[in-house]
Amino acid sequence: MTIFRELSQHILDIAENGVTAGATLLHIDIYEETPADRLTITVQDNGKGMDESMLRLVTSPWVTTRATRPVGLGIPFLKQAAEMCAGRFEIRSQVGKGTTVVAEFRRSHIDRPPLGDLAGTILCFIVGYPQVDVVYHHRVDAREFTLDTREIRAILGEEVPFSDPEVLHFLRHTLETGIGELYSQQAIVEEVSPVKKEDKE
Amino acid sequence: MKSLAELQKIKERALQRKRLGGQNARARIIVGMGTCGIAAGARDTMTAILKELEQRHIEDVIVTQTGCIGLCEYEPIVQVQVGSEELVTYGKIDTARVPELITKHIQGGEPVAEWIVK
Repeated sequence: MTIFRELSQHILDIAENGVTAGATLLHIDIYEETPADRLTITVQDNGKGMDESMLRLVTSPWVTTRATRPVGLGIPFLKQAAEMCAGRFEIRSQVGKGTTVVAEFRRSHIDRPPLGDLAGTILCFIVGYPQVDVVYHHRVDAREFTLDTREIRAILGEEVPFSDPEVLHFLRHTLETGIGELYSQQAIVEEVSPVKKEDKE
Repeated sequence: MKSLAELQKIKERALQRKRLGGQNARARIIVGMGTCGIAAGARDTMTAILKELEQRHIEDVIVTQTGCIGLCEYEPIVQVQVGSEELVTYGKIDTARVPELITKHIQGGEPVAEWIVK
């Protein structure tokens, strides 16, 4: 009964919850660990948070804080996806402080959805919500990539929006290259080869 | 990251164009990104919209997101407003419909009647 094909769609959905909760800063953290065979997604917002009773209810598919739709959907689907993949799901929240969602998967699990179009997901989110700052941090073993919209906004100022075509190109290129390099074989060869040289010497 | 020095140059060029053109946002596009929208492919729709704006060098359009607006069965929903005209709500805008929507409504100023839901 899963409704999303990609984990990046889950990430976007959880991030949207943060916006609904009035967040101004969102941390999206993805950590892929080969030795532990683990993939961990953490989305942390500084929105209004939830009290304990709401927190208990929120993983039920029938809860929402909104009036436009009768049932909640997103959080239980991520919980289910993680638990199907020998992982775990956790949600922590504090009223006035914000909410943190953690979903952990066995990375090699046959049912684990692919991460999918992460670059497109982050791009849509940061362009679509100019009032929200995002720190995207993605690690694959020892490699990491970070995009912090506060750094970009500090340069662009208020007059040049993220939706400017040249800025769009810059952001898309930065995300696609940065995320791509986390997985590229070329980089692995470069990291390994100096060790080999030392061995020969 | 492609260097932040490059971003500085991009900013200067964008400000230069703004001074020459002097125009503020001429149109806005709103993409429904609730759970229902994302499940129906709204992220791919928005990615396609951003790609069209980038490739066609359209500078005077802002793209934002909104949550569920209660028309889940018509997702992905895209709303377009040109100038002070009425906000037009389109339904079932998949990636294949995006180029025509941009050509006709954003660039041509004519709404695409058959995709309007309200």
